[in-house]
Amino acid sequence: MGAVTTALELAGVSKTFHRHGTAVSALDGIDLRVDRGSFVCVVGASGSGKSTLLSLIAGLSQPSRGEIRLDGKPVRGPGPDRGLVLQSGAVYPWRTVERNVAFGLELLRIDRRERARRVAWYLDETALTPLRSVLPRQLSGGQRQRVAIARALACEPEVLLLDEPFGALDVQTKEDMQIFIRRIWTETATTVLMVTHDVEEAVFLAQRVVVLASDPGRLAADVTLDLPEERDLTIKRTPEFLALRAQVEDLVRTFHRATAQTVRPHI
Amino acid sequence: MRPVATESPPDARPPFGPLPRRRTVRRGGAVSAIRTPLSRRVRTALVLASVAVPVVSWLVLGASGSVDQRFLPTPAAVWAAGADMVRSGQLFTDAWATVQRVLYGYGLAIVVSVPLGIAMGTFAAARSALEPVSGLLRYLPAAAFTPLLLIWLGIGEAPKIALIFIWTVFFNMLMVADTVRQVPLDLVNVSYTLGARRGEVLRKVIVPYATPGIIDAARVNFAAAWGLVVVAELVNSQEGVGKRILLAQRFTQTDKIFAVLVVIGLIGVSADVLLSVARDRVGRWAP
Repeated sequence: MGAVTTALELAGVSKTFHRHGTAVSALDGIDLRVDRGSFVCVVGASGSGKSTLLSLIAGLSQPSRGEIRLDGKPVRGPGPDRGLVLQSGAVYPWRTVERNVAFGLELLRIDRRERARRVAWYLDETALTPLRSVLPRQLSGGQRQRVAIARALACEPEVLLLDEPFGALDVQTKEDMQIFIRRIWTETATTVLMVTHDVEEAVFLAQRVVVLASDPGRLAADVTLDLPEERDLTIKRTPEFLALRAQVEDLVRTFHRATAQTVRPHI
Repeated sequence: MRPVATESPPDARPPFGPLPRRRTVRRGGAVSAIRTPLSRRVRTALVLASVAVPVVSWLVLGASGSVDQRFLPTPAAVWAAGADMVRSGQLFTDAWATVQRVLYGYGLAIVVSVPLGIAMGTFAAARSALEPVSGLLRYLPAAAFTPLLLIWLGIGEAPKIALIFIWTVFFNMLMVADTVRQVPLDLVNVSYTLGARRGEVLRKVIVPYATPGIIDAARVNFAAAWGLVVVAELVNSQEGVGKRILLAQRFTQTDKIFAVLVVIGLIGVSADVLLSVARDRVGRWAP
């Protein structure tokens, strides 16, 4: 194993929206480093700017102040080096599973055989091979999210950005997906930055949990999780896990309550 | 386990009076239940009745002789008039002349409105520039343009084609724009993160997503074009189904008028079915 290097770096990142003439601060002075190959979860109550943070890193919007760097180079716009998976999945409904996964590769100048070889590998890795020629409307919510993840991974992103990817799934499917994403992370050595409001999920998945405070979104706490790397669902019942989960939940609640009384302007 | 408490806690609500009672909702019977599928038998019966009732009424009215033949020809007379026109080749010439006008006028409208509509649905700038004008122009009744078009374009084919074009181009443009605006933003954003450039997002995401809706819009507006062409032909033309109706009126040949109406309906329905099949083909993926 080589030395730990930084994959993603945020320096003093702020984001202000202008709505009906008033400035609304969504994020204020975020400093964050994400180590290469690590799994980091961002938690916080609604309104803490979690999704804004991911959209800035994805390059879909620009920070009002500060800079985001990937491998030391400033982020200027969206690109396949930062794969994004959204809660809605946003798979292409007219494309089969296979052609969804192939989308990013179709935009590149690589020959058909090479593309097929890669797509086949990612389909296999995400257990989608039997569903390769199926249209998204025939898939379950969990399967659709697997397609979205495989599609992002096929572009071999430096960082995989997950925005509440399991938020719309039922509890059992959600836990299957948690096991799934842990495995994907281990097997592809991809850096993962995931936003969720589910603290249990964050503690189970991540090596490190970052807590955002709301109004405006600020970095409130940064907790390194001292849990074994080999995890299955039973870890969720261990005292160590429960203690960490309680710790993070208290942090989220504290930084939510501090601002819960203020009425947010209509956005 | 603790025993279940026998005494429930006191009701904390203020002493509101009793709410008025409503009777249990009746779901409705075989034909009156809201959004409930019909049984196959009831459905077939209704479909058959919707065709049979007017046809049988027509037959009975004709046979009874209570209505003057010149007002309401019998089905047999209409059939005979139609067969006559087919034999003389007149019906085909007229139908083709009309179809051609629609193909040119409406075809041109599609060629113009689909790209502009896609642009309006995609780019805020195109929307700002085009929406106010087209939103206004579509409410000017096309028939009111007829005199102007006759002055500008003469009395040949051009004013008829122009009329159909004007009548459908703005509606279609706005409907296409609406469809395109329904492309989820998530889909667009994710495509950027997969490396797509703007042109690729347009070609590979927005257009495929919107295509079934665009065909739907085309189908609705085709009905409008088809309805208008007959009006356009009433003005001044040598041939066409509208012209034929006008001529038949002069000689009170209602049987001919009926025959032409049937043909107009049949061509319209065929085009509609064609577009509907195309839409189902293209939009197989839609949930």
